[in-house]
Amino acid sequence: MTGLWWSMLAVSIVVIVFVTVMGGWGIVKGRRRREEDIERNVPWGDRFILISGIGVTGAILVAFFLVSLRAMSTLARARPSNLEITITGHDWWWEARYPNGAVTANEIHIPAGERVHVDLRSADVIHSLWVPELAPKIDLIPGRANEMWIQADHPGQYRGQCAEYCGLQHAHMIFFVVADTPADFQTWMKDMAAPAPDPSTALAVQGQQVFLSNTCIGCHAIRGTPAAGQLGPDLTHMATRSTIGAGTVPLSPQTLEQWILAPDQIKPGVTMPPTALTGEQVRALVAYLLTLGFEQPS
Amino acid sequence: MDLDLAPTGKPGELLPTVASGPRSVSWWGMALLIATEATLFALLIASYWYLRYRNGPVWPPNGIKAPELKLPLIMTAILWSSSAPVHFADRGIRKGNQRRLRLGLLVGFLLGLTFLLLQVVAEYPHVLKVSPPSSGVYGTLFFSLTGLHGAHVLVGLLISVWVQVRAWRGAFDEHRHVSVQNFAMYWHFVDTVWLFVLATIYLAPHV
Amino acid sequence: MTTLAEPLEELWSEEPGLGTWLSTVDHKRLAKKYLYTALAFLILGGIEASIMRLQLAHSNLKLLDPETFNQLFTMHGITMVFLFSVPVFSGFGVYMIPLMIGTREMAFPRLNAFTYWGFLAAGLFMYSSFLIGRAPDAGWFNYTPLADKPFAGGVNIDFYALGLIFLGISTTGTAINFLTTILKMRAPGMTLNRMPIFVWGELAMQVSLLFAQPALTLATVMLMLQRHWHWHFFDPGAGGDNLLWQHLFWIFGHPLVYIIVLPGLGILATILPTFARRPMVGYTWVVLAEMATAFIGFGVWVHHMFATDLPAMSISFISLTSFLVAIPSGIQVFAWLATLVTGKTILKTPMLFVLGFILIFVIGGVSGVMAASVPFDQATTDSYFVVAHFHYIMAGVAIFPVLAAIYYWGPKIWGRMLHEGWGKVSFWLVFVGFNLAFFPMHILGLLGMPRRTYTYQSGLGWDSYNLVETIGTFIMGIGILISFVNWAWSVRHGERAGNDPWKSETLEWATSSPPPDYDFETIPEVRSLHPTWDQPELKDGAQPPDQGGRPLAEGHRVLATSMLDATPEAIVDMPHESLWPFFLVVGLTVFFYGALVRIAIVAAVGGIATAISVLGWIWPRGQTQEM
Repeated sequence: MTGLWWSMLAVSIVVIVFVTVMGGWGIVKGRRRREEDIERNVPWGDRFILISGIGVTGAILVAFFLVSLRAMSTLARARPSNLEITITGHDWWWEARYPNGAVTANEIHIPAGERVHVDLRSADVIHSLWVPELAPKIDLIPGRANEMWIQADHPGQYRGQCAEYCGLQHAHMIFFVVADTPADFQTWMKDMAAPAPDPSTALAVQGQQVFLSNTCIGCHAIRGTPAAGQLGPDLTHMATRSTIGAGTVPLSPQTLEQWILAPDQIKPGVTMPPTALTGEQVRALVAYLLTLGFEQPS
Repeated sequence: MDLDLAPTGKPGELLPTVASGPRSVSWWGMALLIATEATLFALLIASYWYLRYRNGPVWPPNGIKAPELKLPLIMTAILWSSSAPVHFADRGIRKGNQRRLRLGLLVGFLLGLTFLLLQVVAEYPHVLKVSPPSSGVYGTLFFSLTGLHGAHVLVGLLISVWVQVRAWRGAFDEHRHVSVQNFAMYWHFVDTVWLFVLATIYLAPHV
Repeated sequence: MTTLAEPLEELWSEEPGLGTWLSTVDHKRLAKKYLYTALAFLILGGIEASIMRLQLAHSNLKLLDPETFNQLFTMHGITMVFLFSVPVFSGFGVYMIPLMIGTREMAFPRLNAFTYWGFLAAGLFMYSSFLIGRAPDAGWFNYTPLADKPFAGGVNIDFYALGLIFLGISTTGTAINFLTTILKMRAPGMTLNRMPIFVWGELAMQVSLLFAQPALTLATVMLMLQRHWHWHFFDPGAGGDNLLWQHLFWIFGHPLVYIIVLPGLGILATILPTFARRPMVGYTWVVLAEMATAFIGFGVWVHHMFATDLPAMSISFISLTSFLVAIPSGIQVFAWLATLVTGKTILKTPMLFVLGFILIFVIGGVSGVMAASVPFDQATTDSYFVVAHFHYIMAGVAIFPVLAAIYYWGPKIWGRMLHEGWGKVSFWLVFVGFNLAFFPMHILGLLGMPRRTYTYQSGLGWDSYNLVETIGTFIMGIGILISFVNWAWSVRHGERAGNDPWKSETLEWATSSPPPDYDFETIPEVRSLHPTWDQPELKDGAQPPDQGGRPLAEGHRVLATSMLDATPEAIVDMPHESLWPFFLVVGLTVFFYGALVRIAIVAAVGGIATAISVLGWIWPRGQTQEM
């Protein structure tokens, strides 16, 4: 693939230089010519045009095509993969579901060094999954079952962004692909499938009450509690994620509080409506939500 | 009336000021219009086939029965037979025959009108009961394709009225008749399109 | 040589005044209307771009809210493509084609008027959406489901669809008019292989429009039926397919880009030989290449859909055709180079814009070739890389040849030379600004910046490139404005231009600047591919009758000739001024507003006005061989 890019770039530069030099030389040479001396008939003209225009150009283009075909088939060759995840695009966030029942949003973990098969779905309009460092982009189209394969050779965090204009906040539909070592990944997937930890502090318990008795449960799920809303991101282990609003702002008590009270101040046009809570209620809720990490082994 | 030869100013040169067929600019206007409208139909028919095959092997889908053929075949006979009198009228006026012109246009008009009335009064209410356009892709495509064709028939009938009025007022003769030619071209085009509509909408679901 | 000027002037002049401003059918007056209107839309599109570039100059700026930005980028695309690029090339065509082919009018003068007023009305219709803050906001290619309800519940998309249907009627009329004119009204002796390359370019453009426009009309009508009457074309739940919209749109949309490029290359092929003081090398190849580009251009549309997970076989085939479509463009570049190398280059302003464009076209061309490679495209589509590619080609062809044409043909149209010194200043600002504005976009795309985003996060390394692009945009804008001011000033105070200030080879230069109402005193007989260079008796547009000139002064008439060999076939009487085309457009406008607001009585009134206007138009009046 990189061979394809560098060869196309090299040829392009050669073409640009050739055109500039030949054009420039023609202009300079011509300045000294007298108009009367110009010959209408250019005997080498047809041959030059046909050889460079059809012959050389055609050969280069066909070569690029064949190299591209090769790259395509390498990428497409029967792709055995041990892991299949389903990513559903929503306005303006990413839902990821794993085979063991793990559900998360906007931060998609994969095992490094392994090929992962991704089923691409959309809940509303056309989106496109693009994580530039890892894979080409494929669209998520409602009514169509698209798929792609991702492989991260090394562990790390790779930034991605929606690449098909999907409305107001297309600019803030960001996600991260986190490649863990295979062992870490197994742990992550197991932890993500587990229900939410129970709140242990009084404030957090109060916060859970605020959550369960407000409109939050209409859209959000926290597995292990009665909340099972499917319209918004799954919050079961939201504290393990580093951003809110699909990468719009980093997760912190301040941003989370503002997000709950007035999300459209952070992400104008966001689907989530403001939630009317008193200062005390929202602080409790924030405290609870920030406990939603992974249960530590005792 | 003759070709109304006029001098161009080049010594000894006279050219007609009346033209028909490909020598006439208005003929070209109609020919090009037909080209673009033909493309419109081709694309709609391609869209039909695209959506049909996206919807899997069973067509019509959702338990809808394949369309009945009796009425459409009658309509087809009526529409296609209307091309003959129109052709008759076109050939007639090229020989200066006003009677053939007027008769041919009138008969063609009546046949075309019958086709359209049958479609709107008999065929459509029947299909609307079973699969209106808002019921799904099948109904949508049925009414899109037949509707676009029907609209073109209607326009053809309006053009026919205009040409007939002018014919009855003696506007045409053996040299001056490009409007009749243009109408005939358009009408034959509409009839040809019906072949594809018939095959796609009515015949193919039975295959 | 008796002077026919007076009787011809009698036959061809139109009374000055508001009446004929609305009823004119004179191709030169209509062409100027086309040009002024198109250039006004260029300014509007440029303002939209400039505001967006301010918002994007740095990360996380809050100059614009996302809805405003989304309307701006949508309208910027619509304006530049539909309301500026296509009409500006049509406008130059309407002015120059009759002159270049040696006749006095377009084949259908009233249709010409109708298509202009229709263009203006459709453009104003779409822009009226800004007055209620509801401009289209789903991008200029308007994908479903985003463009459908419930995601686009307001009238924004109705402005889009209805506006484009309206514009499509005008565009179709233009295509029919151009093709008939070019094929049937060339001066005797102007066989197809003596036709100027600019006319070939316009022929290729209008043929493509004729066959491409129906795809867009179909798609937009389908969308309106789905949005408002709940028909089902695109919604998968009822058996539709979202990709049907994409296919239909791009079946139109890809030929559209060649529709815009080919006349621009035609302008280049007119100006380059003039300022290289020699005919274009490889005329036949250039002509074949233009036609081949138009043809192959219909077979590549799926390359806009490489990321939609279509079957590998179709994608591979389209990748091949997308590579091959570069060959005719390459042929033309080499023809231009051969012409430069064997000529004597005169570096006047029109030539500077042409030379600058050649470089820009090649850069845009190589990035396009890269995009034909499927794996590469899947990495870079919908990123700023592709934004760079299409701006290099589209903005390149819409700016450079157009400015070149203003300097080159301005003297012919308005009778005055533009200021050469300020022309050069304008060129350098535009050239430098253009490259600063668009080159960094290649890099941004490779760095991962997606397109159509109203802002971007900090810390990604994108800020400095964006800032350079914003600065470049404004430099380019200033350069363009300088040319406009140059033009406005020169029209009044510029040095008077003679018939043929550039000593060019094509027929428009044989007559006066500006031409008389009747264009040529005698319809010339053409015996060369370079008539003005080779036939001195064409002087003043009055070739004597004993050398072939045909005065045709007995009426308001032109000559019809045969398609291939241009042998005279008939005399065609042309209509005089008429208000019916204007009234027809008024009727259609009322109809479309009625459809927009979904009030049947308004649409019905518009429909009736339309019908009455059609009748008024075709009513026999003894002026032409009547319909």
